[in-house]
Amino acid sequence: MTDLAVKMKNVNKWYGQFHVLRDVNLDVKKQEKIVICGPSGSGKSTLIRCINRLEEHQEGDIIVNGTELTNDLKKIDEIRKDVGMVFQHFNLFPHLTILENCTLAPIWVKKMPKAEAEAIAMKYLERVRIPEQANKFPGQLSGGQQQRVAIARSLCMNPETMLFDEPTSALDPEMIKEVLEVMVDLANEGMTMLCVTHEMNFARQVADRVIFMDQGQIIEENEPEAFFSNPQHERTKLFLSQIL
Amino acid sequence: MSEYFIRSTMLDAKQAPKSNVGIVGWLQKNVFSSPLNIILTVVGLFVSYMTIKALADFVFFNAVFDATNGQECRPADGEPGGACWSFIQVFFKQYVYGRYPTEELWRPDIVFILGAALLIPLLIPKAPFKAVNSFLFFVIYPFLTLILLSGGDFVITGFFIPFIDLFGKTQGNFIFELSIVTALICAAIYFFGKSVGEDMKSTMLSIVVVAVIIAVIGLMLSSNFGLEVIETDIWGGFLVTLVVAITGIVLSLPIGIILALGRQSKLPVIKFLCVVFIEFWRGVPLITILFMAQNMIPLFLPEGGEAVDNLLRALIGVTLFASAYMAEVVRGGLQALPKGQYEGAQSLGLTYWQMMVKIILPQALKHVIPGIVNTFIGLFKDTTLVYIVGIFDLLGTVKATIENPEWIFPLQAMTGYVFVAFVFFIFCFGMSRYSIFMERHLHTGHSR
Repeated sequence: MTDLAVKMKNVNKWYGQFHVLRDVNLDVKKQEKIVICGPSGSGKSTLIRCINRLEEHQEGDIIVNGTELTNDLKKIDEIRKDVGMVFQHFNLFPHLTILENCTLAPIWVKKMPKAEAEAIAMKYLERVRIPEQANKFPGQLSGGQQQRVAIARSLCMNPETMLFDEPTSALDPEMIKEVLEVMVDLANEGMTMLCVTHEMNFARQVADRVIFMDQGQIIEENEPEAFFSNPQHERTKLFLSQIL
Repeated sequence: MSEYFIRSTMLDAKQAPKSNVGIVGWLQKNVFSSPLNIILTVVGLFVSYMTIKALADFVFFNAVFDATNGQECRPADGEPGGACWSFIQVFFKQYVYGRYPTEELWRPDIVFILGAALLIPLLIPKAPFKAVNSFLFFVIYPFLTLILLSGGDFVITGFFIPFIDLFGKTQGNFIFELSIVTALICAAIYFFGKSVGEDMKSTMLSIVVVAVIIAVIGLMLSSNFGLEVIETDIWGGFLVTLVVAITGIVLSLPIGIILALGRQSKLPVIKFLCVVFIEFWRGVPLITILFMAQNMIPLFLPEGGEAVDNLLRALIGVTLFASAYMAEVVRGGLQALPKGQYEGAQSLGLTYWQMMVKIILPQALKHVIPGIVNTFIGLFKDTTLVYIVGIFDLLGTVKATIENPEWIFPLQAMTGYVFVAFVFFIFCFGMSRYSIFMERHLHTGHSR
């Protein structure tokens, strides 16, 4: 029980009449790295957004680090403290400097003294290799740099689990590499990661498991080597033949 | 297919053509680019010349600066004549203070000087001590102004509970009633907390603090500082214009923000109340509201309703009217923000209010600075409507002096109105320029 970072049991979700998640069962062990792929509209983003309650599920149980997600706002806030998220469009706060973006949540959510929060922020900005940008605004950075700031911002809350929602799909090809490098470092340090991405090389390199979704269901689930070299389901074969 | 190309030498940048740069280039591109534009330029210059000449003649060249009565302001036969600034000079004091007693004018003077001294550093982004400065301007200064201008010594007897009258009509009764209400609220919260199984100590403590603050304010307003009490119906002139405008401006923004957030709320009752409030105040003309405030507030308050001050009623009317407009402006800003900003804030574990105060509102308000200042300027000019309900603001005072029998000359009304227009223009134009300055100051590179 406690060695599970995320447990999803028979999770169902609808947007109005549209059934986006159908009976999803997923156990993520601590320190496990999971890559989720699938065609657009298959519910993969919705799935990881349910884990920190950006989306609400209607049926089933989601248990994150031993805490069950319910309508209780306090529990939701607890879970969000422990679960970091990186978005496709970065979602940095454009009116704050890079440093302020990183220190905001530690100062206001964790009530950390400002100096300590800044020291931690600088530590993580160095880890994503952009400490020199600390006093600029997000609008002055390139896409790849912004995404690395977004990763640093999440890390400043010292999360146990990180969710990545297509972190490289809005980036120019030359910038994808720098973001993936940071993510690989993070994986090697033992972070629990759930990552929606189509970067198959990244999946081969770090994933413990690859999950393929279509029409709101998990279609296939396997170790990366087996998944790519020997897909079982027809839909998976078709998908892989189109993207590789 | 066989031909291919590889660049061997890189090209150097060339000089731009003359028609593209410099004054000549600018004129060619912007003023004389086509026959139609040449005609428009010439016509525009001509119209500007006529307007400016007429205005300059009236204001400077034909104006009278040293008259002692209306007779001397009359233009000679056949002359077009101009403004008579002596007329403005003679009544200037009245335009600023209305009928405020002469020996007490030091009180509004202190209010003016203190207001400017607190406001100017607040408007300069680089000036230090912003927190202290805002506290002085937004919390201390209003009370000081109220006591200085009116003289304090308000009658506060308590009126929450009509049948309790332990101490007669005194401040003691007010404090007594306040304690009872506070105790009841605290008890209710205690039992509610007990039933939900939560400790409500901090909530109760903050309610007690609020009650103490209310008590202090009440006692302060009702104490006698030895100042002569000056009823608001003899306040007047620009003093009243400023009181109405600044109160409206300072209060309408926070009320508008609360209403805008309420209108976006997921809680249906709050949303409904906010929508009803906004639509009501937006749907009724300001003049109607002012008239209704005059005639209907006494109907709603059966006992002592007439005691609610005339100026206060107008203030409330103007403020709530502006708040409804402000709410819609702010809502526009909230809707312009991408959903990702909310999600980014939520994913970091910020609570609703932290997210609003730190992330959403700073950006939303920045987007709608032009709309906010537009509402402020509209409000500033709308303050002249209080004249309709018998309050003599700047315009009302000028209008009253125009009927003065000693100063009767043909261009008297025009002189007065040009003066009023000039004063209003200075303030509105100042707000407009400041908003542009603020927009540039807050710009942080392209958003997202």
